[in-house]
Amino acid sequence: MTVQTAIMDGNTAAAHIAYRVNEVCAIFPITPSSPMAELADAWAAEGVKNIWGAVPVVQQMQSEAGAAGAVHGALQSGALTTTFTASQGFLLMLPNMYKIAGELTSCVFHVAARSVATQALSIFGDHSDVMSARMTGFTMLAASSVQEAHDLALVAQAVTLESRVPVMFFFDGFRTSHEENTTTIIPDEQIRAMIDDDLVRAHRARALSPERPVLRGTAHNPDTFFQAREAANPFYAKVPGIVQKAMDRLGALTGRKYHLFRYAGHPQAERVVVAIGSAVEVLDETATWLSANAGEKVGVLQVALYRPWDGDAFLAAMPKSVKAIAVLDRTKEVGSQGEPLYMDVLSTYARAATAGKIATWPKIIGGRYGLSSKDFDPPMAKAVFDELKESEPKHGFTVGITDDVSNTSLDVDRDFDIEAPGTVRALFFGLGADGTVGANKNSTKILASEAGRYAQGYFVYDSKKSGSFTISHLRFGPKPIRAPYLLKSANFIGVHKFDFLFKIDTLAGAAKEGALLLNSPYGPDKVWDKLPREVQKQIIDKKLNLHVIDASKVALSLGLGSRTNTILQTCFFALSRVMPRDQAIAAIKKATEKTYARKGKEVVKKNFEAIDAALANLFEVKIPVVADGDLSRYRLVPDTAPEFVRDVTSIMLALRGDELPVSALPVDGTYPTATTQYEKRNIAEEVPVWNPDICIQCGQCAVVCPHSVIRAKYYDADRLVDAPADFKAAHINARGYPESRYTLQIYVEDCTGCGVCVENCPSHSSEDFNIRAINMKSRLEQVEPARKSIEFFEKLPWADRTRVNFANVRGLQFLQPLFEFSGACAGCGETPYLKMLSQLFGDRLQIANATGCSSIYGGNLPTTPWAKNSEGRGPAWSNSLFEDNAEFGLGYRLAIDKQIELAHALALKLAPQIGEDLVRALLGAPQVTESDFRIQRERVAALKAKLACINGDESANLMALADFFVRRSVWIVGGDGWAYDIGFGGLDHVLASGRHVNVLVMDTEMYSNTGGQASKATPIGASAKFAVAGKRAPRKDLALMAIAYGNVYVAQVAMGANSEHALIAMREAEAYPGPSLILAYSQCISHGTDMRFGMKQAARATATGYWPLFRFDPTMRKRGMNPFRLDTTRPRIPLEDYRYNEVRFKSLTQTRPDDARQMLAQAQLDLEERYKVYEDLAARDGSRFHPHWEEAQP
Amino acid sequence: MTDLASRYLGLELAHPIIASASPLTATFDGMRRLEDARAAAVVMTSLYEEQVRVEDTRYAIFTEYTADSNAEAATFFPELSDYRYGVSGHLETLRRAAEALDIPVIASLNGVSDDGWLDYAVQLEQAGAAALELNLYLLPTDLAVSGHDIERRYLEIVRHVRAKVRLPVAVKLPPFFSATGNFVAQLEAIGTDGVVLFNRFFRPDLDLETLRLKHETTLSTPADITLPLTWIALLSRRLKLSLAAGTGVDSYVEVVKYLLAGADVVATASALLRHGTEHMTALVDGLQRWLSQNAFASVAEMRGRLDGTHVERADLYLRTQYLRTLSDYALHHPEVDADGRAPLAKSSSHGHAHDAPARSIAHAH
Repeated sequence: MTVQTAIMDGNTAAAHIAYRVNEVCAIFPITPSSPMAELADAWAAEGVKNIWGAVPVVQQMQSEAGAAGAVHGALQSGALTTTFTASQGFLLMLPNMYKIAGELTSCVFHVAARSVATQALSIFGDHSDVMSARMTGFTMLAASSVQEAHDLALVAQAVTLESRVPVMFFFDGFRTSHEENTTTIIPDEQIRAMIDDDLVRAHRARALSPERPVLRGTAHNPDTFFQAREAANPFYAKVPGIVQKAMDRLGALTGRKYHLFRYAGHPQAERVVVAIGSAVEVLDETATWLSANAGEKVGVLQVALYRPWDGDAFLAAMPKSVKAIAVLDRTKEVGSQGEPLYMDVLSTYARAATAGKIATWPKIIGGRYGLSSKDFDPPMAKAVFDELKESEPKHGFTVGITDDVSNTSLDVDRDFDIEAPGTVRALFFGLGADGTVGANKNSTKILASEAGRYAQGYFVYDSKKSGSFTISHLRFGPKPIRAPYLLKSANFIGVHKFDFLFKIDTLAGAAKEGALLLNSPYGPDKVWDKLPREVQKQIIDKKLNLHVIDASKVALSLGLGSRTNTILQTCFFALSRVMPRDQAIAAIKKATEKTYARKGKEVVKKNFEAIDAALANLFEVKIPVVADGDLSRYRLVPDTAPEFVRDVTSIMLALRGDELPVSALPVDGTYPTATTQYEKRNIAEEVPVWNPDICIQCGQCAVVCPHSVIRAKYYDADRLVDAPADFKAAHINARGYPESRYTLQIYVEDCTGCGVCVENCPSHSSEDFNIRAINMKSRLEQVEPARKSIEFFEKLPWADRTRVNFANVRGLQFLQPLFEFSGACAGCGETPYLKMLSQLFGDRLQIANATGCSSIYGGNLPTTPWAKNSEGRGPAWSNSLFEDNAEFGLGYRLAIDKQIELAHALALKLAPQIGEDLVRALLGAPQVTESDFRIQRERVAALKAKLACINGDESANLMALADFFVRRSVWIVGGDGWAYDIGFGGLDHVLASGRHVNVLVMDTEMYSNTGGQASKATPIGASAKFAVAGKRAPRKDLALMAIAYGNVYVAQVAMGANSEHALIAMREAEAYPGPSLILAYSQCISHGTDMRFGMKQAARATATGYWPLFRFDPTMRKRGMNPFRLDTTRPRIPLEDYRYNEVRFKSLTQTRPDDARQMLAQAQLDLEERYKVYEDLAARDGSRFHPHWEEAQP
Repeated sequence: MTDLASRYLGLELAHPIIASASPLTATFDGMRRLEDARAAAVVMTSLYEEQVRVEDTRYAIFTEYTADSNAEAATFFPELSDYRYGVSGHLETLRRAAEALDIPVIASLNGVSDDGWLDYAVQLEQAGAAALELNLYLLPTDLAVSGHDIERRYLEIVRHVRAKVRLPVAVKLPPFFSATGNFVAQLEAIGTDGVVLFNRFFRPDLDLETLRLKHETTLSTPADITLPLTWIALLSRRLKLSLAAGTGVDSYVEVVKYLLAGADVVATASALLRHGTEHMTALVDGLQRWLSQNAFASVAEMRGRLDGTHVERADLYLRTQYLRTLSDYALHHPEVDADGRAPLAKSSSHGHAHDAPARSIAHAH
């Protein structure tokens, strides 16, 4: 049988097996496991069959709790069933896991292990999720590499069928799940040979059936529960043997041998490290090197089967010569004597000693490493081995960080480098959307496609969704590549964006005499002088061989837009010497043909042209002997930034966050807001430029700007005396203010260049229709003048909020946004709503934010966009979880209301000392208008001044509560994945609570953050992940469901259709003294439309009648009026005109044209029917709605 | 029973009414419904080279360009392994229809580049098209380009395609030629099997409220049949190639008129879009009824009964008829000024002036 290998990542490797040996997959998307489910869904859509010739069904659920329930049900009904999950979502499955295990049900859960959110959320990998589940009764089997993720997934399935004990099969999130590596694929015949059909039939026979009815899920009493719980013990006792048997069977079939505990290293090792997961590979490599090169007696013991723990097998695998053991855990169990694996190893020796099996123990210490995908590399592994040399090695150590608080960390020798010399190592710095990662994945495929050549690719991204950068770590060589850690030294460095040279140290990892490729706008003769001096020095010192190509220009000339991938990939092949140049170019052409054949010969031709052009435009640069450039690297934050930003944030921005010691970071996850302002990202090619002569000062550009980079102020003309030369101003076009001037300021360095503002500008030049009051121009020329103008603009006061008309967009532009410069995608449809929220209520705003895009661009470090006004007030923001956001926000409300009550009681009690008038005013303040708030704040200040002079606990207590006298605005914010799916139960409950909370759903109609999975907001006929063939069910009408309560304020808004309507709805919702719900149409990159025209697309959605604007205000009913107001006209354009501007709808016409057509017609009918319902509501007499609750009161 | 059998581009048809390219012929189901509604043949929605390119590019931009830029989401769109890039979707639909339908499925092509015209023509042939309809229309916005240049380019495209495929080739012509007849004759000379008169284009209008271009699709009406009717009448006996009439059909009346003028087939999209696919049946029934009522035993018998060869000098005849009709019109419409000029809006909305040639031919009979 020929051995088939392929480059794949761990997720693909595991999913390949899981798909073939299952019939039902019930899942919910969560990073980093989502790709496993997506692959299964894509295969099912393609009709790929499992080993029994059936196409498995993939069912997306509303949450992981739902997925686990569906898995449980499917198992009870006899299907071979699986799921894929991680982290928080995995924890939602725990209750069902206890049940599934308790019922001895065969199944495998595939887990890309990830951190559980604690002081912060992290999407990256460690074992805190799986270790939280070690009591469930699942067998726990772990893989340490991509190949193992493939092989052991099959072992897991064989084991669960034979043992009846369910298996949690896990591997390291990202490090394994996302690492591309050469993998030998198990052919279907071998998979078949591993699975015993008798066991499958036995599994089915245990299922529920009315033909042979049984009952499960009973409730026990104290008399029998305990005994029954012990009844399954014999099954667990057999598991280790069954696992080893399955491993042996796989070994016989594939030649790859596995053990419950695998020892590698010196045969007479005295120091051994025990670990689970990818760290094993690092330890193995390090131990091998130390044994071979330093004669050290060291080794590593891999734990593949963690539960049930087989102490005897562990001791048998451990060399008898061992004197000291370090146990590494990739998790933290606060307050314990040690982390889980350590405790198991320790108790194994204790039990063995107690039983008299061993006379002496080795020293055993435990330590933590690699939390949240913190890289674990050979220097760290060596530090652990070294620690075991100590007479009193440190228990509870950490490695990979500097712990200057509890002093747990081990010292690491950063110069320790053991990478095999035969390996070609390449580092690429790319821009998020330039195709660098895709090209590198492709390169690994090309290079590993030849027998005897192996490749590994790992990709690191920053946390931004726009203008992000990517770092690709690639290894190629003649031997299998294990090394699951980042490159420390590379023979080839590709810098695909010239500006990176000024922002980050791209050459720190450059090996001596390595190759450096720059995508440079400057040619070989000019580039040297354009480099920062630091970079010049590195090039000279390291004797780097520098080549340049203006790939961006070449791509443009070939009609490839910004896609420089093929060009730069070709340069890499030409320069890296990974194979002879001619052979490399032939290989890349062959691969290009294969990749693009499906897309037509035009595309192939274009890429061939790109390859030829790359070689023709690649130039070597002659390196001078001295680094004497005038330029140097940017300062990432200004000196004027707050201390935390200068000392901590700036380090993270420079990608040196790993160097920050424990003491630098907050102890409880509390971070300052308003820090994005210091990160001048300069990512836009073009930025808007204001033309005061055409501008009508309407505020339409500012209101739609997703990044708050367009701001307006009006001020006295006198102030212009000190204005810099380039500062622009116009007479304000409002009557009665001849001395007032108006300025629209663009924050050029924070702009993403989306162009939404330009498309929303209603004012055109009368001479040239294409010229508007705001026009896109090259950023470079704007930066310097803008810096000076912004400095001046910032000194101008913001408008007095009591004098601004909040009722229209024109007035809104004068309110300071307290949400600014987020990392959201260019043209994001969500962020304008958040900005509006911050402008209206920012200084008294408290936000509960569901996990999703908004929690990432809103709360992902290094910098945070929620900001503060000049008085230091601004939105207070927190994220609890994905599933509980509504409840979290309701908790805010309950606490606030209770504390208001306490404050009132204390104020009344202390009134004689405080002053009766002040207390009466404080308690009876109306708090509706901005003037009301200003006066109330003055009263609070007066109260505090009084309290400062009053002694006693009650005064101190009231002082602590005094701020609650200013009415808080509680907003519960999130996306449709939260509101329609995972958080719907909670949202429903919160809406029904009658409490004064405001809910803003930024509805992108799919899970945007995790990559476009369908939600119940996804409309009929949209193709999304898990609805590949087009969503068949109509979108949930959440608005009508909320309206049905009668006492919920509900509005459906679309910024692009009518921003003023959105503004009114937000204000009404906030003023409404009960629950409110706003559904906000939010265009998204996951729709597949040109985001520059996103607002227009939203307007189209409304014009078709698909997204009608309306408001349901229960207070209208109190006045005898119809609370439901339909605020848009009847459908004016066919749905098709809106839909086919978007890939999510259009793609279906290219896959299933007949279905596409049918679903379009169905959607059109659906919207017409829905519209009739709204029209009917709008036309009703007010008495035909629920009575307002106050009406029932006497 | 009246014999409706007709022949177009060498294809034997059950009757002379075919469905021309429209959204109704875009899908397999759509074409099958037309067959069920008794269409004699269908012309599948045109393959627009330009559109294919734009859509491929759009798909690439929005799917690939958002990929691999974020740790949470490597992609934002489902992997569509069956996504049909370029023309493959179109070809697949054509292939299915050609295999499954009993009526001929004619492919329509609207190319841009030389490669586009030729490659796609071959691919359409390989996919099983019964014939090929070339949509020729270059908008000569370049003031340096003459009508002659345009015609030369048209002929070049047809000649090249003709040489590449064995299929019958029809050319769907724009209505704007100085000498339509001459051009059709040239097409025949280079081996064109038929012409479709005429193509109907997007007709932009201005919206006075928004001060923008309006782009609404307007369906043709019976008032639009006059120009093709004229040319069919003038050409049908003088040239051997097939003639398809392709504008202004609403009911069987226009079908009959076109056939009387000498059309081999009548193609309609507007009538079907307006009244639904089932309207095809009504057209066929209407034609049959008319033939019976007027005692024609077959379509062949009535075809061309009112064509241009019934007059000695058709051009002169038409010219005088034109003048006379206008004079008649003025007599009945006093608002027309002394020179016979009617206010533009009124004359075009009534369209009587343009009806003139049709009635003239009828009178001649």
